[in-house]
Amino acid sequence: MGKFNKTGKRGMPALNTSSLPDLIFTLLFFFMIVTTMREVTLKVEFKVPTGTELEKLEKKSLVTFIYVGKPTAEFRKKLGSESRIQLNDSYAEISQIQDYITQERSSMKEEDQPFMTVSLKIDKETKMGVVTDIKQALRQAYALKINYSAQPRQ
Amino acid sequence: MAKGKRSVPEINSSSTADIAFLLLIFFLITTSMDTDRGLARRLPPPPEKDQKQDDVIVKERNVLVVYLNFQDQLMCGKDYISIKQLRQRAKDFIANPYNDESLPEKYNKDIPFFGNVQVTEKHVISLQNDRNSTYQAYIDVQNELVAAYNELRDELAQEKWQKNYLDLDEEQQKAIRDIYPQKISEAEPKNYGGGKK
Repeated sequence: MGKFNKTGKRGMPALNTSSLPDLIFTLLFFFMIVTTMREVTLKVEFKVPTGTELEKLEKKSLVTFIYVGKPTAEFRKKLGSESRIQLNDSYAEISQIQDYITQERSSMKEEDQPFMTVSLKIDKETKMGVVTDIKQALRQAYALKINYSAQPRQ
Repeated sequence: MAKGKRSVPEINSSSTADIAFLLLIFFLITTSMDTDRGLARRLPPPPEKDQKQDDVIVKERNVLVVYLNFQDQLMCGKDYISIKQLRQRAKDFIANPYNDESLPEKYNKDIPFFGNVQVTEKHVISLQNDRNSTYQAYIDVQNELVAAYNELRDELAQEKWQKNYLDLDEEQQKAIRDIYPQKISEAEPKNYGGGKK
């Protein structure tokens, strides 16, 4: 039954790729939108603790970060390996937190200010003394919504 | 001069895909998709300077003191416990299912959907820690306490609506929150080391 057999070579029809760039662009735009580039260079090393009852941190624009941990290798010689606080791009002391919060808050839109959240990215080996001091400073600055950054535990 | 219409040579667009790929890969790499997660907490407002000391008197049975010492050992009420026991202790304390004398008092409260129920409205979990305890231990404790609340709320939601707390609508959630209000107090640092009076 040669009915279905076509004689001669069958050429593979060329795949129309003219819409491929569009597909890629769609993906590109998706990633461009969801990307948040880290705007600070980290000068401290931290591994956040683990937990199970975590909530997602929403609205990145309302979040201010405070990092606490050991200085990174290049600074360790100068500063030792004592836990340090990092605000924006530089090391800071407890006393500077209040000013920093005020400054961050004033750079927000007025209607957003009450929803300001402070995310504490603190190394899990840190002593609670530092954390307590930071909490007190945040209370003084009326930044009462905080979020202890943590990783989900398996 | 060429005669007639000149045909515009087509731009070879076969490389647009490559350019787009390059950009795509760049953004793929820089993307941090991992949404930040964490334990959300609310700090109490700073104490007023002229605030009276005795304006909040809390009965002893309404307070569960959780104390974390410098070796990350945990004391709950009057006994040493492990972190695994804390959740159950906290749940018993918050719910007080058998109306135990030593656990928080219950008050009648009208709550939508539930009618008049008894609520341990005045309970407080007071979390105290030493300055030398580690942050991970502290987060573990916070985590267990939040877990205790979440479990109680889920249990109640399952009983009433056969759904988890998070799947309920806004008003139902509020009703459940009224029954199990989250009250974790992080003590003023002046109390550290000495325990409570």
